[in-house]
Amino acid sequence: MDESIYLDEARDPLIIAEGWMKDGKDVAIATVVETWGSAPRPVGSHLVIDAEGNFHGSVSGGCVEGAVVTEAIDVIDSGKAKMLEFGVADETAWQVGLSCGGRIKVYVERLG
Amino acid sequence: MDPYILKTLNEARRARRAAVLVTDLGDGRDRIVREGDQVAGDLGAAIANAFRTGNSRSVEAEGRTFFLNAHLPRPRLVVIGAVHISQALAPMARIAGYPVEIIDPRTAFATPERFPDVALHAEWPEDVLKRAPLDSYTALAAVTHDPKIDDFALKAALDARCFYVGALGSRKTHAKRVERLLALGAGADQIARIHAPIGLDIGAASPAEIAVAVLAQTIHAFRSRGLEAKGAVA
Repeated sequence: MDESIYLDEARDPLIIAEGWMKDGKDVAIATVVETWGSAPRPVGSHLVIDAEGNFHGSVSGGCVEGAVVTEAIDVIDSGKAKMLEFGVADETAWQVGLSCGGRIKVYVERLG
Repeated sequence: MDPYILKTLNEARRARRAAVLVTDLGDGRDRIVREGDQVAGDLGAAIANAFRTGNSRSVEAEGRTFFLNAHLPRPRLVVIGAVHISQALAPMARIAGYPVEIIDPRTAFATPERFPDVALHAEWPEDVLKRAPLDSYTALAAVTHDPKIDDFALKAALDARCFYVGALGSRKTHAKRVERLLALGAGADQIARIHAPIGLDIGAASPAEIAVAVLAQTIHAFRSRGLEAKGAVA
C-alpha cells in the first residue's frame, strides 16, 4: 500500500506533463471521465502523452493505452479534443477491448 | 487544458490543498475551483459534493456537460502519545486509508518494538511539527494525558485548521485544558472544535475500543467537512 501523503513526483502524470511542457514538448492529457461495470482505473485517472508517443500513467490496466496514445498524437497535431470509448460492446473490441468486461470513456485533450 | 491551469493545479497538489478541475467537455474550457470558492447553481452543488467525497465525475448542468476532477490531499492522522490506544489505532487507521504518524518524546513509550511499521517520532511535538506542519487535511488526536506534551500540539492543530482535533481526558480534565489553551492564546470558538472526551460515544472501554471510537469520529469529521460551515451561514 502506498502510504505517502505527498505526491510521487517521479510518477505523477500531471507533474510529468508540466515538466514536458517546460521542456518545450507538445503534450496531450487523457482522462477517464466515465466508467461502467468493472473498470481497472477509477474516474479521474490520467495518461499523459508526448508527440513522440512517450507516455506516463494509465487509463486502464494496459488494455487500451496503445490506442489512446495513437489518438493522442492525432489530438496533438489537430489541437482538437476527442472523446474515446472502449468496451466489450465496441466494434474494435477484438483489438483494444477491456477484457474485464467494463466500459470506459476517455477524454483526450492537448495541453495548450 | 490550459498550461497555466495545469501549473496552478500542480502547485495546489504539491502544497496539499484541495482543488477541483472543472472541464467543459463541449468546448474543452477548464478552470480551477478551490475549496471555499463559491460556485452557484447545480454545478456549484456538484463541486461541493466533489470536495466532500473526493469522487470525480461528469455532471450535466446549465445544458452542458462538465467533468469534475477532484484532487484532494490524502488525509492523515497525527497521534500525540505512543500509548496503548495508539498501538491499536495505528493499524486500524491505516487500513481505513488514514496513514498515521505518532509523536511522543518519552523514549520508553515511542519504541519501534511497540510500534512496528508506523511512522514514529521519539521527539517533542514542537520539533516534529516544525519540520512537517499540520494542515487542514490532517487529523490530530492527543492521547498522552500530559499537558506538557499535548497542549502545544492541540494549539497547533487548531491554528492549522486540522479537520479533526481530539483530546483524551474526562470533562474535568478538559475544563482545565480549556483554561490552559486560553492562556496560550487560543480563541473560545477554536477550542470548541476540540472533541473531548475523545471519540464517538459508543461506550468504548478497552484501549482498542477507544481507538475504534477515535477513528470513527475522525472519519465522520472528514466526510462532513464544510457542512458545519454551510449550516452556520443558513
